[in-house]
This record gives sequence, C-alpha cells and structure tokens, in this order.
Amino acid sequence: MIARVSTFAVDGVTSRRVWVEADIRQGLPAFTVVGLADKSVREARERVRAALVNSGFEFPAKRITVNLAPADLRKIGPGFDLPLAIALLVASGQLDADALDATAIIGELSLTGELRATRGTLAIAEGARRHGLRRLLVPRGVAAEAALVPELDVLGAADLEEAVAFLRGAAEPPEPHELAPPEPEVPAPLDLADVRGHNGLIPALEVAAAGGHNLYLHGPPGTGKTMLARRLPSILPPLTAGEAIEVTRIQSVGGLHHGGGLVSVRPFRAPHHTISASGLVGGGSQPTPGEATLAHHGVLFLDELSEFARPSLEALRQPLEDGHVTIVRGQKVMAFPTRFMLVAASNPCPCGMGDDDCSCSAADLARHHRRLSGPLLDRIDVLLAVGRPVAGALRDEQAPPSSAVRERVVAARERQAARLEPHGLACNAQMSARLLREHAAATPSAMRLLYELHDRHRLSARGHGRVLRVARTLADLDESASVGPEHITLAAGLRLEAAALASAA
Amino acid sequence: MTPAGACDTCLRRTALIVMLSGRLDVEWRRRSVAARVLGLPDEDLLALAPEAARAAYERFDAGAARERAVGAGIVLACRCSPRYPERLRALPDPPAVLHVVGDPAALSAPDAVAIVGARRATSYGLDVARALGRGLSLADVPVVSGLALGVDAAAHHGALEGPAPTVAVLAAAPETPYPSQNRALHAAVAARGAVVSELPPGAPAFRWCFVARNRIVAALSLVTVIVEATERSGSLTTADFAADLGCTVAAVPGRVTTRTAAGTNGLIQTGAALVSSADDVLDLLAEATGRPRRVAARPPPPAALAPGLRRLLTAVEEGRGALGELAAGPEEARTVLAGLGELEFRGLIRRTFGGRYEPAA
Repeated sequence: MIARVSTFAVDGVTSRRVWVEADIRQGLPAFTVVGLADKSVREARERVRAALVNSGFEFPAKRITVNLAPADLRKIGPGFDLPLAIALLVASGQLDADALDATAIIGELSLTGELRATRGTLAIAEGARRHGLRRLLVPRGVAAEAALVPELDVLGAADLEEAVAFLRGAAEPPEPHELAPPEPEVPAPLDLADVRGHNGLIPALEVAAAGGHNLYLHGPPGTGKTMLARRLPSILPPLTAGEAIEVTRIQSVGGLHHGGGLVSVRPFRAPHHTISASGLVGGGSQPTPGEATLAHHGVLFLDELSEFARPSLEALRQPLEDGHVTIVRGQKVMAFPTRFMLVAASNPCPCGMGDDDCSCSAADLARHHRRLSGPLLDRIDVLLAVGRPVAGALRDEQAPPSSAVRERVVAARERQAARLEPHGLACNAQMSARLLREHAAATPSAMRLLYELHDRHRLSARGHGRVLRVARTLADLDESASVGPEHITLAAGLRLEAAALASAA
Repeated sequence: MTPAGACDTCLRRTALIVMLSGRLDVEWRRRSVAARVLGLPDEDLLALAPEAARAAYERFDAGAARERAVGAGIVLACRCSPRYPERLRALPDPPAVLHVVGDPAALSAPDAVAIVGARRATSYGLDVARALGRGLSLADVPVVSGLALGVDAAAHHGALEGPAPTVAVLAAAPETPYPSQNRALHAAVAARGAVVSELPPGAPAFRWCFVARNRIVAALSLVTVIVEATERSGSLTTADFAADLGCTVAAVPGRVTTRTAAGTNGLIQTGAALVSSADDVLDLLAEATGRPRRVAARPPPPAALAPGLRRLLTAVEEGRGALGELAAGPEEARTVLAGLGELEFRGLIRRTFGGRYEPAA
C-alpha cells in the first residue's frame, strides 16, 4: 500500500512543500529513503523505527521505500521524522488515509516517540496556509509560533502517540496559545539613562534612529562606543506587525526563536570581526541567512570596523544598497532580506591610544584610514566622534530615558512614513537621489548654505546628498515641512566626509 | 657668460659623476666623509672609473646634454655661471651644475631656512613642520627641504600656504617626482619656487645621492631646523653639514618617549637652538644676518565672534574636539553642533577624519 504525507522544507527564509511517499510491499525487510535526502534525513530511519515500536505501533517487517518529492530539492534536517512515521502508519494500515486530509506534518522524533521542536516553524506554517492546507501538526514547543498564521488549525502534540490521536480525532488538541513555552528571561532592556557622560551625543543618536541613518562611531577605546550602540534598539520605533512577523520568521529559521509568540524587540547583532563574508551575508551549500539577515529590521553592529576582513565588508555592499542580498550557490539563487541599520565603531588609530598618547606614524594612520574609507563608508550618513567623557559628567548628569527619545523618533518616523509610504519606503535613509530631490524641499537660504558648504568643504556629490538626507530627518524631528539652514548646519556637523586627510601623510 | 647657463667642463664632470654613481656608493662608505669623494678633481674620479667610462668622458657631447636638459624643461646653472647660488661655494665639494625646474632665482635668497625631518613622522611632527613652513613663508622667508614624505612634504605644504617661494632639493633627476606620492607637491613647488638637483634629467638615485642632497639643502639655507629625527636619521646629516658650514642648527623638541624625538632632543642637548614656532626661527635668522627681525604677516584677525562661539573655539583649541566633550546635555548639543558648523564655515576649525574638530590653523 502507498501513502502520501504533506510536509515542508525550509528554503532560505521561506518554505517549500515536500511530499513524503511511503510504499510497503512484500519482500526481504528493508528500509530505503530516496529523493535527495541528506545524511540527517537518512538517519531518520533509525529514529522512526524505534519511535514507532516504543509508542506501541508496529514497524512493518517488509520492504519499505520512502520517497521525498520533489527530487530536485535537497532535504536537510530532522523535521521529516514525524511525517515519515505517519506515512508508514498509513501505508501499513495502522492509520486511516483520510486522517491526513489537508494536513501538513512536521517534527523531529526521539527514540521514545517524543516530539522535538524544529527550526523555521513560522515559515512552514505560512507555507501550509499558502498551499491551502487547513491543519498543521507540529511539536508542542512550537505550536504557539505556528498559530501566528491565521486560519490554520495547529495541532501541538507532545509525542507520536498523541499526534496519531489528534489525527484520528480521538483527542482534542489543546489551544496552541496555552502551549507557548514560558518566555525566556529577558535581561532588563538597556536604556540610555544608564549612560553617563555622553548626553551631548544623544541628539546625534536620535537623528540616526529617526532617519534610519547608518551610524559610525569613532573614538578611543573604552569611551563607550559599544555601550551607546547597544542602546540604539531602545530608541528605535517598535516593530510594526508586519515587521514582527518577518523578524520572527527569520529568527525561527536561524534557530534564535524560542517557539513562542511574536518577537517584539528589534534584533541587535554584533558579529565578531573574524566573521567570514558568508557568515555576514549568508551562504553555505544550502544557503542559510547570515548576520545581515538576522539583523533585518534591527541593528547590525560592527565593532572595530578596521579589523574586519576586506571581503567581508565588501560583501555588505549589496545588502546596504538594496535591502536584500542575493546568494548564488550551484544552481540555487536565493534572496534574503537585509534592511538593517548599520552601526560601525572604530578606534582613531591602529594603536588605539587616542590623540594624546598615540604613537602611530603618519603612514600607519594613512593605512588605517584607507582601510576604513572603503566602499562601506559610502553608505554611512552620520559620523560621530566619541570622546572621553569628562570626569564630572560621569558622576552627575542623568541622561534622558530611552522612552523620551523614542517618542520623538516615532513622531519623526510617522512624518517620514506619510511622505514615503507611496514609494514603499519607511525612512529617509532609504531615499534614492531622485526621491531626495523630490522630498527634501529646502528653503532657498538652506540651499544657498548647502552650495556654499559644497564649495568650502569640498563636499562631494555623494556627501552633498548625505547632508541633505540627514537635514531632512532633522527637519522631521523639528516637525518642519521644509529643510532650513539650521538643519543643514547641524547635518554638516555630523557628516562623514572629513576635510582632506593631512596631505603630507 | 657661459652658454645656456652651464659650461662644457661642468657638464662633463656631472656626466662623469652619473657614470660613476654605482661605484660612488662603495667609495662613499670607504672614505666615510662625503666631501672627500665629490670634492675630488676629475682626474682622480677618472682613476676610479672603468675603461668604458673614461672613453665616454673623452667623447662627451655637452651640446646633447644641454638639449636633453632643455627638453625636460630644466634650467642649468654651473659653478661658472652668475646664476649659481653664492652660498653653495662655501661647500668643500660644491655641485658642478644645478639642474633647476622652476625659477633659479629662488635658490639665491639671502635668508632661506631649511626644514627637514623624519619620513615616518608623527602627526605632531607634521603639524609643527607645516606650521613652521607657513609661518616662515608668511614672513617672506623661503623654505628649503627635500620633498621627502613626512616632515619635508609638510614643510613644503606649509610654505605654499604663504607667499614666499619654496625650494625642493632632489637626490636624483629633478624632473621626476620622488617619491611619486608627492607628484602634486612637486608640481606646486616647481611652479612657486624651484625643484633642484645636481644630477641631470634621467639620472637614477643611489644611496649616496640622498646624503649628497642634504649638503645642498644645508648650504642653501642660513638656518637649518630639524623636526623629528630618530637617533640614526639621515636628517641629522643635514644638521652636520649645516654645522660644518657654520650655519645655525635648530631643532624642535619632542616627547622623550617618542622614537622620532631622540635625534632632535639629542641635537638640542649638544647645543642646537630650541625652536617651538616660526617666530623663534625668525629670531635666529635675525641673529644670523644681523638684520632686524622680520615680522610674520599674521593672517587677518578673525571677525568678532559671539561670546558663545568664542568659548567654543577656545574649547576646541584646548583639545576638546568631540561633541560629547563640548555639550553636557541634549539641548546644549544642538547649540554646540550649530556653533561648530558656524566656526568650521568661517574656516576657524576643521572636521577631521574621525569626526573630531580641531583648530584649522
């Protein structure tokens, strides 16, 4: 007899439907899995055999052939255990084939028949919905995640026996929301109020957050660059419903999600500088998302920018430019979303001692600057020098809480959204040069100032655009319809382009 | 008057030195004193030369050499020419012919100052060299240096910011920018003053050429200032040449823990004058010439600044150049940022690579 079970394979950050077909016939007992199955899927044979027997079912001592279709998709991971077991039960007549009507099944089995959570549940649930399926059988731990997709009956089973009972209709599956695992303990959110001695920098952080501008923090070690960067998510606007779904899907595929409900905090990813290009933007023979994608809708923080390998930084160019990255591996082309805010930090010189104690020669400095001024800096709008906080300031002043700054950021984002929504953009940083001309209406005196700056500071055309972009955000923060000269002046003070390096160097 | 600035004898001697260049590196080390080699008469030099060189020396075509020089845009001045700077005759081994790109008159300034120093200089050294070059140039004093990376280039850059000509002495072919990074500077110096060498166009640089160049730098100047030098730096040979010529040697002090200050601090210890600004150098110059001290033309005083801006400028001058160091709170930060923009716009401060501000001067 033959059985067909519908399941899904995670493919990038989406899912593809996979059929598990089981055929049982007379012959020498054998168990073969075909259909481009990875080693981890072929190992499923042993788990399924033990799980069936230990759950009180019969493992047919016949010739078993299992096919995973379509055969052109490489199947990886333990998620096929449960559909395989169910297919065998149907093929051997232990379960009625009607029980599988419009149902997708996913889950890893232990030898005892217990079900274990697998990655990418949200993507799979969305796939099931897309294919018009009505029911999804998943391990309990991820039932709440699967239930994020509307109009889908989620059956969250603890073990194989329970799963079969649900399919037969012999037991009523519990409400998925009751199955949500306890929220993992979230460390107290980092707040700007904890930062001492950097109150003067808050407006700059506010601008960067409000416009989604990529930010570059430059300063001696130990001055608080990392501390400031880690608090950026706390002043970014909360995730919208759509963004939250995207972030949850990605984190689930990346194995970072705990299986509960929607992710509510913006991701903050801080990869170490030894990371490879494929670690940063995604890759592997079966492309998996990299840090740039895991930081989607959040912050990607590159500390010690000059220490990153050149190829890794080069690879970030497309993600920064297009908001997604295309990965080509073999015959596979895959696109991952990468709309993150880049925050980079670096020391002023290779020795890292800072201005007064620096022992670097001009040649060392020139080399350091060259490493930093690569293609990446073209996409950074705001450059901020972080100095050593003054001793008194460390003790006394209290910074405003993140919530106060966030309010202003949210208001500014709303103004931007009203303007940019028709173009499918969310913030000023995403404006193209054409949109910038269209939407960054500046007063005549502001334009004059900008042109003067252009001449006096030898601003490049690109630098010119960046100043205007940031000025537009400043105007949004001021609830001003047009960009005034004061906005241009402030934006110029945050611009990346410095006067030509000491020409003698 | 010698035709086209250089006589046959001097041109022939120059050609001989070029032919002997490789050999001279060896001779140099053997005799250890520069003057002993380049001061030898032609006959003695010929004794060192291989047979082929001797034949070439006999068949030397001065006309062709002149044509090559003119073709490369070079003006010649030999020892027998009135254009030849008098000060060079004080050397025991004056160069036979000077090959000049630019204006030869720039070489004969009566009160030039040499500023030389380390190639791998610190930013402190570069800043000082540039400030000295500018200060002297603003006082109409020509600056002589070697167009090398680091201090030399910074001094030239500084000098170009003032009105006075500046002179670069190259080790080899004068029409070729060496090092090539200083291409633009080479052109700027040639346009505003002179680039000069004792070797003809196309001559390759050997090790001895750099030391030999230093003697010309020292001899062209009344005062020689060393800005940053390690203990075994080539810049110290310039100081030695200057001292041998009886010129004033001065040095800029540095941090005792910095390698590039060892040479200059050592010079001060052994009696070189300590200079910390262009004014100090002008004082030394006045002492050397016996003429009253020139007053450096100061850049026009800045227009009156609002008190807030004035305070901000002072803070930046004191080294507080980052936003967080200038503003205590978010509201103040906006004022500060606007003030910094205003000051930068007026050219009083500048934004550096890392986003810090520093005084523009």
